[in-house]
Amino acid sequence: MPELTDILFYAFAGLTLLCGFLCVANPFSRNPVTSAMFLVLTIISMAGLYVLLHAFFLAAIQVLVYAGAVMVLFLFVIMLLDIREEERRKLNGAAVGVGAIAVGTLAGILTRALWHAEPLAKVATSEGATRPLGKILFTQYLLPFEVLSILLLVAMVGVILLSRKELK
Amino acid sequence: MTPGLHHYLIVSGLLFSLGLFGVLARRNLLVIFMSLELMLNAANLTLVAFSRFNNNLNGQVMVFFIITVAAAEVAVGLALIVALYRKRQSAHVEDLTRLKY
Repeated sequence: MPELTDILFYAFAGLTLLCGFLCVANPFSRNPVTSAMFLVLTIISMAGLYVLLHAFFLAAIQVLVYAGAVMVLFLFVIMLLDIREEERRKLNGAAVGVGAIAVGTLAGILTRALWHAEPLAKVATSEGATRPLGKILFTQYLLPFEVLSILLLVAMVGVILLSRKELK
Repeated sequence: MTPGLHHYLIVSGLLFSLGLFGVLARRNLLVIFMSLELMLNAANLTLVAFSRFNNNLNGQVMVFFIITVAAAEVAVGLALIVALYRKRQSAHVEDLTRLKY
C-alpha cells in the first residue's frame, strides 16, 4: 500500500509535466492566454512538489510571487498588446525537426543518467524550515538580500524609463 | 516506489527540456518568454530537491533569490516587448530581423 505522499508526488509531477507540455506546445490552441493559464497551473503544481520537499515558505512564495504577481503581469501585457490567435505560418520543417531531436536527446540523456544514478539515502530536514531559513537569510545572506532590494529598485526605474511614451 | 532524489531530478530535467523546446519551436515572443520561466522553474526544483536531500538550507535561500531576480527580469523583459510592439506592431520573432546580418 503506497503512502499518501508518494501518490501526491506522482500526481503533482504528472500535472506539472502535462501542464508544462500544454503551455509550450498546445495542439488545440495557439492563443498566448491559454499558454499563460497552463503556466499558472504548472507553477501551482510545482508549489505542491515544494511542499512535499518540506520547503513550505518557498511554496507560498511560488504561489504568491509567480502565480500571483508575475503571471498577472504576463496576462496584463498579453491583453494590453491585444495579441490574437497566432496565425499559422508555414513551419520550417528542418528547424523544427532538428530542434525536436536536440531536445529529445537532452531529455533522454538526462533521464537515463539519473535513472541509473546511485540513490541517495533520504535525510530528514528539520520540520517547518521557515524559521531557520529566515535566520540564515538575515545573517549569512544579509548582504545579497540588501543588494537584491537595490536590483528591484533598478528594475523598477528601468521599466518606467522603457515604457515612457517617446523613447529617445 | 517512494520518490527519491532522482525522481525529482528527472521531473526537473523533463521540465527543462520542455522549456527549451518552447524557446526553439514557438515564435511568439511572449510564449518564448514563458518557456524561459519554465526553464528557471526547473532549475529551482533541482535546487530545492538537493537542499532537501542534503539537509542544507543554502539551496532554498538560492531559490528565494532566483525567484526575486526572475520577477525583476520579467518586469524589464515585458517592458522591452511592449516598447518593441509599439515600434513594430508585432510580437513575432520572424518580423524582428533588423539585427540579422
